[in-house]
Amino acid sequence: MQITRRDTLALGLGAAALTILPFRVNAAADDKIAEFTGGADTSGTGLTLTAPEIAENGNTVPISVSAPGATAILVLATGNPTPGVATFTFGPLAGSQDASTRIRLAGTQDVVAIAKMADGSFAKASSTVKVTIGGCGG
Amino acid sequence: MISRRDFLQVSMAASALLGASGFGSWSRLAAQQALTQDQLLQFDTFGNVSLIHVTDIHAQLKPLYFREPSVNLGVGGNKGAVPHVTGADFRKLYGIDDGSPSHYALSSGDFAALAGMYGKVGGMDRVATVINAIRADRPDALLLDGGDTWHGSYTCLKTEGQDMVNVMNALKPDAMTFHWEFTLGSARVQELVEGLPFAALGQNIFDAEWDEPAELFKPYEFYETGGVKVAVIGQAFPYMPIANPGWMFPEYSFGIRDEHMQQMVDEVRAQGAELVVCLSHNGFDVDKKMAGVVKGIDVILTGHTHDALPEPVLVGETILIASGSNGKFVSRVDLDVRDGRMMGFRHKLIPIFADVITPDAEVAALIDEQRAPFEAEMSEVIGQTEGLLYRRGNFNGTWDDLICDALLSERDAQIAMSPGVRWGPSLVPGQDITREDIFNVTSMSYGKAYRSEMTGEFIKVILEDVADNIFNPDPYYQQGGDMVRIGGMGYRIDVSKPQGERISEMTLLATGEPIDPAKSYVVAGWASVNEGTEGPQIWDVVESHISKLGTVPPIDRDSVTVTGT
Repeated sequence: MQITRRDTLALGLGAAALTILPFRVNAAADDKIAEFTGGADTSGTGLTLTAPEIAENGNTVPISVSAPGATAILVLATGNPTPGVATFTFGPLAGSQDASTRIRLAGTQDVVAIAKMADGSFAKASSTVKVTIGGCGG
Repeated sequence: MISRRDFLQVSMAASALLGASGFGSWSRLAAQQALTQDQLLQFDTFGNVSLIHVTDIHAQLKPLYFREPSVNLGVGGNKGAVPHVTGADFRKLYGIDDGSPSHYALSSGDFAALAGMYGKVGGMDRVATVINAIRADRPDALLLDGGDTWHGSYTCLKTEGQDMVNVMNALKPDAMTFHWEFTLGSARVQELVEGLPFAALGQNIFDAEWDEPAELFKPYEFYETGGVKVAVIGQAFPYMPIANPGWMFPEYSFGIRDEHMQQMVDEVRAQGAELVVCLSHNGFDVDKKMAGVVKGIDVILTGHTHDALPEPVLVGETILIASGSNGKFVSRVDLDVRDGRMMGFRHKLIPIFADVITPDAEVAALIDEQRAPFEAEMSEVIGQTEGLLYRRGNFNGTWDDLICDALLSERDAQIAMSPGVRWGPSLVPGQDITREDIFNVTSMSYGKAYRSEMTGEFIKVILEDVADNIFNPDPYYQQGGDMVRIGGMGYRIDVSKPQGERISEMTLLATGEPIDPAKSYVVAGWASVNEGTEGPQIWDVVESHISKLGTVPPIDRDSVTVTGT
């Protein structure tokens, strides 16, 4: 195992309690999605969200989105106190509709991306990223 | 592509070894006398390509005892599926006779008694003999090392992996992938990898800063063998910076990266690969899932979870080979590759019975040479054990109980934690415990034994977190390894529940009182992944405890109650 006194103190009780359960979807995330799609259906295809299954460091988790033909892609960390991460917009001269960034995750949660396609349809992709205290590998 | 008939032709070690079944000690003795090197190596060469797989050797150069687990629970879709079948159920599944050599090599139960009959297993000089015999049949057979090679012994720790590099180089592998090697630190890894006369592979080893494939490791290598163009793609352990101290190799990032694996498979196929082999350190269940996600891999040579399976497991058109650990087994896989595809296979998991297989003299001398400078300190007897000391199992093992006892008494703690690693050979009743034996179950580059205070609530958080790394129903969220071992505290676990709800009834064994979430307890443990951990080395803690005991009495603990299986 791996927990030093320093970590115990750093984590504190509040953080420790939160780590137990995957974070609930923040209501603000649903609002963001509704704002982006105008309530439209998100059953379209063509969006790829790449994220690690388990974060190597929850403070800087690399993710990327790709949606050929999209005009905008919204990225949300649904369990963060402020779920909004970024909205990437692509103009007509954009060479590709890909974006990569690093995000901070407060705990295990779903990262959600929604792409707005040129025809006005929407596609959604979601990936669970686990944030763990680690240790103990075989 | 692979018919049931092909499957039946797969010769199992058991049938090759024993033929007719035996009952009672008479037949057991007969079986032992009948065991010959020729029988162990017997194999009707098949097709046009041979693969030789070794993995998770954990620096065990000499023969040893290694008890397989009696508890290895599968969850979700893998409940009751191999390798999560143990003991008598395992023998029934594969038609292995009780008391047979295969019983002893592959399953748990009656271990100490069978160890007395069949002796030690492994030894890289014996492994060399087997590899040479396969090469005599098929000179261009590919030897592939699944990693966890440069870690796990006294000499490996002291030479920072040099002893293993020297011995493995003599066996002439064609490729290798990695896990514990990285705990030597990235500078040492680079130094050793740059000197390797074979390919160092890992399609999922990335540069952490740029999130691009790391330059030091190639994703794949091509080989021409038997007139076939073979691509071997490496897959290092995906969760290195999480399960092991990431600060020791901050330049690297890992992950499963199955979409990148698919790209690599497509890339090698486009370049004319007729056979695609994945040399993996994912762990069995992760490989099984990956085989269903990534299309076009013919063979996955699995590693990390230390499973030994006498038959391949098929997922679609991919075969998965599990070759055990600690030098106890060598897998031989013969393949018939025609018209750009795999048409059939024949496989044998060869158990390395140390008293049956003649050591290769050259490699034996090379091993002795690595050990000579340390022989005096390694061979010092610290104590004796009256009972069986072993590690493997999901929740506890007697070696870890002993280590936890050492932490409790030497570090004056209420609760002890020992990592749920799967390496570490066994000792049979009556054996001396040498310093080398202690290092075999503790040696690592971050072995300091910390002592700190934790609240009951935080201890539960740790247990829930580790449990989810083993019992998450989605294999991609599993890190391999077993449950953290706990001394001084009992608990109940329901493996079928989600994270946060598995652990209950945590009890301080000294008083029988329930653990109070708000109260602080003194906890001692080792193998912290955090930089700057302070304390004595765990092997010194354990040595001090054993030398005080002199003789370690048999250990039989039952402080974890498991449900939901």
